Amino acid sequence: MYGEPIPGAEIIVQALIDLGVEVVFGYPGGAVLPIYDAIFKQNRIRHILVRHEQGAAHAAEGYARATGKPGVVLVTSGPGATNAVTGIADAMMDSIPMVVLTGQVATHLIGNDAFQECDTVGITRHCSKHNYLVKDVDRLGDVIHEAFYIATNGRPGPVVVDIPKDIQIARATYRKPAKIEHKTYRPTIKGELADIEAAIELMANARKPILYTGGGIINSGPQAAQLLRELQRVTGFPVTSTLMGLGGFPATSPAFLGMLGMHGTYEANLAMHDSDVMVCLGARFDDRVTGRTDAFAPNAKKIHVDIDRSSINKNIMVDIGIVGDVGRVMEDMIRIWKSKGLTARKLDDWWGQINQWRARQCLAFRQEGSEILPQHAIVRLFEATKAREPIITTEVGQHQMWAAQYFGFDKPNKWLTSGGLGTMGYGLPAAIGAQLGNPNALVIDIAGEASILMNIQEMSTAKQFELPVKVFILNNEYMGMVRQWQDLTYEGRYAHSYSEALPDFVKLAEAYGWTGLRINDISELDAGIKTMIETPGPVMVDCRVAKLENCFPMVPSGAAHNEMLLGPEQVVGALSEAAQALV
Amino acid sequence: MSKAHTLTITGIERHTLSILVDNEAGVLARVIGLFSSRGYNIDSLTVAEVTHDRGISRITIVTSGTPAVIEQIKAQLERLVPVHSVADLTVQGPHVEREMALVKVAGAGDKRVEALRLADIYRARVVDATTSSFVFEVTGSSEKVDTFIDLMRELGLIEVVRTGIVAIARGASGL
Repeated sequence: MYGEPIPGAEIIVQALIDLGVEVVFGYPGGAVLPIYDAIFKQNRIRHILVRHEQGAAHAAEGYARATGKPGVVLVTSGPGATNAVTGIADAMMDSIPMVVLTGQVATHLIGNDAFQECDTVGITRHCSKHNYLVKDVDRLGDVIHEAFYIATNGRPGPVVVDIPKDIQIARATYRKPAKIEHKTYRPTIKGELADIEAAIELMANARKPILYTGGGIINSGPQAAQLLRELQRVTGFPVTSTLMGLGGFPATSPAFLGMLGMHGTYEANLAMHDSDVMVCLGARFDDRVTGRTDAFAPNAKKIHVDIDRSSINKNIMVDIGIVGDVGRVMEDMIRIWKSKGLTARKLDDWWGQINQWRARQCLAFRQEGSEILPQHAIVRLFEATKAREPIITTEVGQHQMWAAQYFGFDKPNKWLTSGGLGTMGYGLPAAIGAQLGNPNALVIDIAGEASILMNIQEMSTAKQFELPVKVFILNNEYMGMVRQWQDLTYEGRYAHSYSEALPDFVKLAEAYGWTGLRINDISELDAGIKTMIETPGPVMVDCRVAKLENCFPMVPSGAAHNEMLLGPEQVVGALSEAAQALV
Repeated sequence: MSKAHTLTITGIERHTLSILVDNEAGVLARVIGLFSSRGYNIDSLTVAEVTHDRGISRITIVTSGTPAVIEQIKAQLERLVPVHSVADLTVQGPHVEREMALVKVAGAGDKRVEALRLADIYRARVVDATTSSFVFEVTGSSEKVDTFIDLMRELGLIEVVRTGIVAIARGASGL
């Protein structure tokens, strides 16, 4: 297959085609013009023109999270690359497979402070899984293939390939590599059997066990979600999930305790705290999950399954660490469990205790009067859309936590949110990416009025590509989560957390060629949601909600799981300095 | 991973790590950046290509931290794509650590004679000499190099340059 030498730009496009890439999110500029010309001359790859490079990166993340395939970004040098950095860092924190192709000034200009030059590999070194500066066109094809291999194998993450303009023009022969086997990067997929056997031993004798599951279940692929169901079925253990893992286990299952962590349910956090055997499957003991680490599940033997060895014993010391793909490890767990003749544990005392915690109904709220409570809006949105199994994206803040609490997910790849980095402005471009990967799906960005403005320009992208995404804004005219922390910590001094001079979202929608709707009070809620779903094309809904509602339950900063605040009456308005610093 | 069970958060330990990496652009920046971005200590770092045909460099890092931090450092290093292997020489057993320093001393009369005499005791070689100065090359453990430099302070020490520690395991096997 050694053909005639072709320009680097064509090598890139051919390599992307060979890798099965269907969609590229990008924005042209001087240093990527040869690649754009090569894209122009073919029709296998669809290029989605975003309106800001951060949007390209989040759209690629949304595409990746909703389809399981790597997202691809193409941006120019300098500001093109720096604008994409937030999305790259976001993908790194949430382990999203993504390949970012950045243009660079010509090789001989590198280091000269040339026009639109920046040290892209330097800037992205610590927010990418790996990166390359390609200085030899003969290596270009292999580097692209290797970048996809690294982005998608082991713990997924973003890989940046920085390509100087002269390399895009220089010619080389391209051939599709046979099988990529990286000389140093060899992720461990299969867990050590001795460790898994030891884990089963602990699980078989547990009296108060819990499965603590995370985004690894989603990243491992749909079969991992099946295996998790099976593992739960054969063991009879209760299941909780991190924010990133929602949908990995059906929310409708009676064994599901809901999300855990800072805004997790009372029953999930108390069950974690009181457990005697904790099986962490593809989660990483994030500080938003553990609360105070020295008081975290003090009596639990901890088993941690993670594909990234560095996640084990990073935040919490565990008793058994198993490095491997969570799907493969669960497969082994189920096999060994069955081979030992073990059956589902009854655990009557444990479930009795859990049901007592459940009886507190920590997510209950009282919708009274005409003013819409944000929790109620999400419950109604869920009820109206669940039959269509929608893909939900969010921005970051209170609305995100309410969506996680009140929207139930029974399947993976339906819940797209910025968990680790917590990036406001993620939801709209992520919805665009998800919609492109799932043209027939109902895709809804549950947003706040502050977050949505951070990447509002992407409304244009949705319009151009006729993507029928729905944006459902819970508008309380506050940066609600900031204000909530000010309530908690700064005696309600609302420093700059009020959304002033907001646009008229209905007119804004219309200006972008979208349909705009406003829901003012409870009498309009269900009809407004129905109109949103039934209106073809992109729709933006400005849903006016109660302004001062806060998100509960909550494990305040510096507190342990069993020190949850269940409602506003428990808020004292000040935290110790040590707790303030933790945030 | 079974080792991890016994980990506890106790006192600060000093460990010598040998890291084999692909000798490619930016690899040292990745390793150093990992230490700075995650707040780990580097007490000493040396790097040079050791197998020219295969383009592999060997980095020796002396670092300090609690046992948990040391484990985390090793795991983080192994996660870097161009890293072939990470060996903790301190854990693996007996090993040899050496450091070289070039020490410039200026002086005349008795002090000059005394510097030369001490250099002989410490097996430091004279690699440059003028009528008013010497450059000594001293090799050995860090303690020996430290002691030699301390002695030279009284005798007209001008400047010092040190390589940092290189280390290798004793015995027949290699990394």
